[in-house]
Amino acid sequence: MEWIYHTWPWYISGFLIGLVMLSLIYFGKSFGMSSNLRTFCSIAGAGKKVAFFDFDWRSQRWNLAVVAGAMLGGFVAVHYLGDASNVSINSKTIEQLQEMNIDAPEGKLMPNALFSNAVFESPKGILILIIGGVLIGFGSRYAGGCTSGHAISGLSNLQLPSLKAVIGFFIGGLIMAHFILPLIL
Amino acid sequence: MKLVKFIFVGFVFGIVLTKSEAVSWYRIYEMFQFQSFHMYGIIMTAVITGIIGIQIIKRNNVKDYSGAQIEIADKEKGTVRYLLGGLIFGLGWGLVGSCPGPIFILIGAGFASVILVFLGAMLGTFLYGVLKNKLPH
Repeated sequence: MEWIYHTWPWYISGFLIGLVMLSLIYFGKSFGMSSNLRTFCSIAGAGKKVAFFDFDWRSQRWNLAVVAGAMLGGFVAVHYLGDASNVSINSKTIEQLQEMNIDAPEGKLMPNALFSNAVFESPKGILILIIGGVLIGFGSRYAGGCTSGHAISGLSNLQLPSLKAVIGFFIGGLIMAHFILPLIL
Repeated sequence: MKLVKFIFVGFVFGIVLTKSEAVSWYRIYEMFQFQSFHMYGIIMTAVITGIIGIQIIKRNNVKDYSGAQIEIADKEKGTVRYLLGGLIFGLGWGLVGSCPGPIFILIGAGFASVILVFLGAMLGTFLYGVLKNKLPH
């Protein structure tokens, strides 16, 4: 059982993610995490002002249950199933990150430079996280889905629009990682 | 109690995404630098598993758990919204290293700072709702 604490191999992880999507189809639903953001906007009352959020969010309770389960899964995995061998990324990547003053993983999932609680005292750090969120929320709704809805569900169903969206995801990600991140970090 | 199975599916999803480190900012950065096969392997295996599963469902007319016909809706046709929306999403993904699933998973795991990403994502979703009719789709 030692393996459970290490980084799970891509072929096991990918297979299980595929099964997660298929089980939601079997339960009469579909796999899409970004729709929950729209549901949260609706719960917060955005439907009174904007028609896009004027729908019966109760019909989406099943997806909120998936979110609750995912949060619980994240908690259990981080607190009970990790060890110091985790997140062993390419040493070249670590060197590159050092040049941008980003700390090496050493078992952590997230760099302290961007995600430790110290970020709450840094206006720049706060801005980076909020702007990143705005881009994710706006972009996923504009494209009609995110990694789960397009890259996994859509490509699995051989949807051309999803392929276009995934190409968009990668163009955006490559521009950010290669050209914008070095400028702002 | 109908929701329990969805909580369970979500739980598995949360564990797998954390243990595969797909929720890790480092893994996303490494992916966009083409310095590891790990993330590409995950996405590729998930899609191959999905393609095989969906083909089995379609060819055998598999019913869902309640006995109803399984119908998987096609995505609406279009190009601009997918490429442009996708590009905007990708910029955010590359910056904070998390897509919507991992945002929830990381908050659940106790990363308080990711709440800022979540609030931003709510704001972005709201902005899209406001601007929807003015945007090319």
